[in-house]
Amino acid sequence: MSSDAAIDPGISGQAAPDAHEQRAFGFWLYLMSDAIIFALLFATFAVMVNNTAGGPAGKDVFSLSSTFAETMLLLFSSLTFGLATLATKAEKSGRVLAWLCVTFLLGLGFIGLEIREFADMVEAGAGPDRSGFLSAFFTLVGTHGLHVSFGLIWILIMACQIAVKGLSVPVVSRLSRLGLFWHFLDIVWIGIFSVVYLPGIL
Amino acid sequence: MLGKLTVDALPLYSWVAMGGAVVTVVGALAVMALITWFKWWRILWSEWLTSLDHKRIGIMYLVLALVMLVRGFIDALMMRAQQAVALNSEGYLPPDHFDQIFSSHGTIMIFFMAMPFMSGLFNIVVPQQIGTRDVAFPFMNSVSFWLTTAGAGLVMVSLVIGKFSTAGWTGYPPYSGIEYSPGVGVDYWIWSILISGVGSTLTGINFIATIVMRRAPGMTLMRMPLFTWTTLTSSVIIIFTFPALTVACALLGLDRTLGMHFFTNDAGGNMMNFINLIWIWGHPEVYILVLPAFGIYSEVVATFSGKRLFGYTSLVVATAAIGILSMTVWLHHFFTMGSSASVNTFFGIATTIIAVPTGVKVFDWLFTLYRGRIRFTPPIMWTLGFIVTFVIGGMTGVMLALPPADYLMHNSAFLVAHFHNMIIPGVLFGYVAGFMYWFPKATGIILDEKWGIRSFWCWLIGFYLAFMPLYALGFMGMPRRMEHYNVAEWQPYLIVAALGAVVILLGVACLVIQLIVSVVEWQKRRDHTGDPWDGRTLEWLTSSPPAVYNFAVLPEVGDRDAFLDMKQRGIAYRKPDRYQDIHLPKNSGVGVVLGGFAFVLGFAMVWHIWWLVAVCALAMWVAIIVRSSNDDDEYCLPAAEVEKIENARYEELAHASPPGGEDAPGVSTTPLQENPT
Amino acid sequence: MNTASACRQLRTATTLGLVLVVAGCGLNTAPILDPKGPIALAERNLLFDAVGFMLIVIIPVFIMTFGFIWRYRASNKKARYDPEWSYNGPLDAVIWLVPALIIIILGVLSWINTYRLDPYKQLSSSVEAIEVEVIAQDWKWLFIYPEQNIAVVNELVFPSGTPLNLKITSDTVMNSFFIPALGGQIYAMAGMQTRLHLLANEPGSFVGKNMQYSGAGFADQYFEAIATSQADFDTWVEKVRQSPDQLDASAYSVLAKPSSKHPVTYYSAAEPGLFDNIVVKYSRNLGRPE
Repeated sequence: MSSDAAIDPGISGQAAPDAHEQRAFGFWLYLMSDAIIFALLFATFAVMVNNTAGGPAGKDVFSLSSTFAETMLLLFSSLTFGLATLATKAEKSGRVLAWLCVTFLLGLGFIGLEIREFADMVEAGAGPDRSGFLSAFFTLVGTHGLHVSFGLIWILIMACQIAVKGLSVPVVSRLSRLGLFWHFLDIVWIGIFSVVYLPGIL
Repeated sequence: MLGKLTVDALPLYSWVAMGGAVVTVVGALAVMALITWFKWWRILWSEWLTSLDHKRIGIMYLVLALVMLVRGFIDALMMRAQQAVALNSEGYLPPDHFDQIFSSHGTIMIFFMAMPFMSGLFNIVVPQQIGTRDVAFPFMNSVSFWLTTAGAGLVMVSLVIGKFSTAGWTGYPPYSGIEYSPGVGVDYWIWSILISGVGSTLTGINFIATIVMRRAPGMTLMRMPLFTWTTLTSSVIIIFTFPALTVACALLGLDRTLGMHFFTNDAGGNMMNFINLIWIWGHPEVYILVLPAFGIYSEVVATFSGKRLFGYTSLVVATAAIGILSMTVWLHHFFTMGSSASVNTFFGIATTIIAVPTGVKVFDWLFTLYRGRIRFTPPIMWTLGFIVTFVIGGMTGVMLALPPADYLMHNSAFLVAHFHNMIIPGVLFGYVAGFMYWFPKATGIILDEKWGIRSFWCWLIGFYLAFMPLYALGFMGMPRRMEHYNVAEWQPYLIVAALGAVVILLGVACLVIQLIVSVVEWQKRRDHTGDPWDGRTLEWLTSSPPAVYNFAVLPEVGDRDAFLDMKQRGIAYRKPDRYQDIHLPKNSGVGVVLGGFAFVLGFAMVWHIWWLVAVCALAMWVAIIVRSSNDDDEYCLPAAEVEKIENARYEELAHASPPGGEDAPGVSTTPLQENPT
Repeated sequence: MNTASACRQLRTATTLGLVLVVAGCGLNTAPILDPKGPIALAERNLLFDAVGFMLIVIIPVFIMTFGFIWRYRASNKKARYDPEWSYNGPLDAVIWLVPALIIIILGVLSWINTYRLDPYKQLSSSVEAIEVEVIAQDWKWLFIYPEQNIAVVNELVFPSGTPLNLKITSDTVMNSFFIPALGGQIYAMAGMQTRLHLLANEPGSFVGKNMQYSGAGFADQYFEAIATSQADFDTWVEKVRQSPDQLDASAYSVLAKPSSKHPVTYYSAAEPGLFDNIVVKYSRNLGRPE
């Protein structure tokens, strides 16, 4: 009865593409869950933005130029990741590696600026233990920063995998999820920029 | 070097606490000694701990849940004993110890008894019920389990090293803040929840993906069994609300560890933020737990009435409605914070609305019984006990949902009675019904009915004895969490409640005896057919226990009661002409490694052993990187091997009594068209 | 339908039923079932009404459950067996509509009463209300009478028949202020001020307590709430004024330290603005605007 094979997508060769589709779907679910974490941190920040307890407020500690630089770095890194994705589609592994490296450097620059910003604030007595407002600020922005750092590690790993394994099906599948993750962080940053920094500076 | 950890952390402060520590340590050592004695380590490691087979992970979840049930129940007995004697006296427990016990009781029962029990049933049943060979992400499944176990381990360790939280299972600040709770107890609570919470979120993602992507051909959404539907809804609520728990606990942890001011009294903190966050998770959590139980009741009622489920569409709609409404009611946990009448009215009415779909479900189960042929096996006894008792809890729930009435009953023994009335008959009875219903499927052994029924009656009677007096005590104005009291009128009620706890203890004992008796007599209790109850859904198509691949050939679904339909059409046990190779996930020890490091990481965070935190975090990263770079995670079971296993199965079937014999109702050899619809 | 009259009839029936149960359990003097003020009475009546309406669903459930499982037990071969019967439109409508109807009624009840019994609402009375400021501490209650300029620990005395206006805050963790016989509870939270309005019908002594677990001394954190005649109240105020102790800043800081089973203590004077200072101490612009 040869029709058995037709009604049985789980059998042998047909399972593989299915698995990657599942992983993409599962990753979307994860992103949704993570987005809720950020939403709650945004809400917490919004509730606490005036709880400065006599300490500095946003306008006292935020610097427009450094925030603008951070934003540009992250936006461009999203663009360069998009170029890496295009190169993946064209199956040019060298070009993929090159764009990933650029993305990595831009991301690293972003993290560097953020660390400097945090260090300056702590130096100026505006650390996370100063007030509820600053706790909420450091936690929201820091959580995003941690995500970006994880993304950087992930980019490194993917670069190694491409170098060793080439653009195999599993590697491309992983790369696509990394792309989702990276663009997601970009969107979160736009939220941070417009909810945290802009009202604070203006 | 060891952070805050010194020899003072040992529980030398009271004999009772030391006893608890000694029992924990001796128990753990005894289990290890037994495993060594029987030389089970190798098989335990290679067949179980590293297994990615959803059925084995499910069984491990159940073992964890049952062990933690015993622990949580001992806590309950100790509290009932204390309150029965502590009139105008300290009883036998000082406040510091009593407060740890009610905190650990709630934490354990929700996070480490109910959640693993639920995940275990998901794992054992859902893939088989939708006709697939595994969950979507078998490795992640193992990680979920080990993270849950790591969290449970942290709670257990707090018995021996340091103390547990005294802030209750919801850990309200500012009391749980560093200023008012300077010890490590709250940190144990935070880290056990954070770690197991990640596991729960991953479980949610896994089962949504499994149910959405891996259903057998022909199984449309509206042909999914109710348990699958409730698992899906529950998983959706998990991924939407567990982030709130994670955020609440993480921010509290930041307050405590880094001196931040999210929930402190001073410097701009706001405790009500935490209370909002924890209940944005906490109320939906009730439905995360109870919806799967509703699914189990639906399966059990249909099977043992030998009848189609009444009002399937209504049940599905009601499930979804409850899922959505569950996220709109959290504020009813703090009507008394002084919010405006309009806010309270909104959340009060939203809460009462949930009673509508819930009521519909109860009627649907009742009309499934109607014109059925009810076989009084243990699973349906738990279900019937649930229906009768749960409506009382529903009624008291609606009472509490009316804000002005809640002002009177909030924080009282009445509230304690109410939520136990939902969680014990609602959740636990359902899980135990599921346990007894699917035990033959998971293990191939049919549980002893006599002890199952005895356990049921002890639990039911014990429940009424233990909690009806608490309702009365609520009317008498008794607050929850009283370590001692000076109102003589309360004592008779508290003594009856303590007796109730003892009767439930008998019920727990009956469960254990049932398990022992059944396992000892396993040879004569074997389920050879795979279908001991005359089942209706696909999980009864597989052998008991199922082959590692569940289905040699994936089934094609033609009806809601897919397996019953196959039996009626006479194609349920049709032998395929040939078999094909089957790809299955290889075992992996990375889940165990991650769980182990998560446990040590939590412990190091609790005691501020920073170098160890760094080491564990690094090790976990390495483990994840190694695992994620591995493309070779499946093995192939050759068709010949599959054929051998399947032939043995058909051999066994031929010798067993024909499944669904003539006298069994529901299934018959009579053609379908003779039954008018 | 006239909800009020339906409520009354239902309440009579429910009350009759409950009275039997309650008396049987010796609960007839339980403070929540036997209220001593109009607020608690209204809240309790709402409770009874709700029970009455819900019994419309619950009693049939009980009857059906026991009836069905007896009638359709497998050994009863006489009962009709219809394994395919799984849907009936009108029946489906009824099991949705009846609970929905009851919930609509309860929703209306809830709506009306939540506004009517808003704890922030002033009670209308011909008598001028008495103001008391309440501060929760570890593990005791401090009552400040701003008009009388006195302060008392763990004893709340007020004239019966006079509305009691309470302003409540906490100088420690969250507490919940509750006098079961007089009316519902409300949280006491640091940096925030909540309000509660109560009234006692007649002179009497009631138990007041903290309902929100607050640490080791929680079990002993209760006080006596005494409603007196106006004359007795005046005498009591005089007695407090005779106390040698005064509640100034330093006396307050001593008092605020954690203590269990704190005896009733009188202060003949309280620092002006003490209550507001305690709230402002934790200020971050929170709390419900007045």
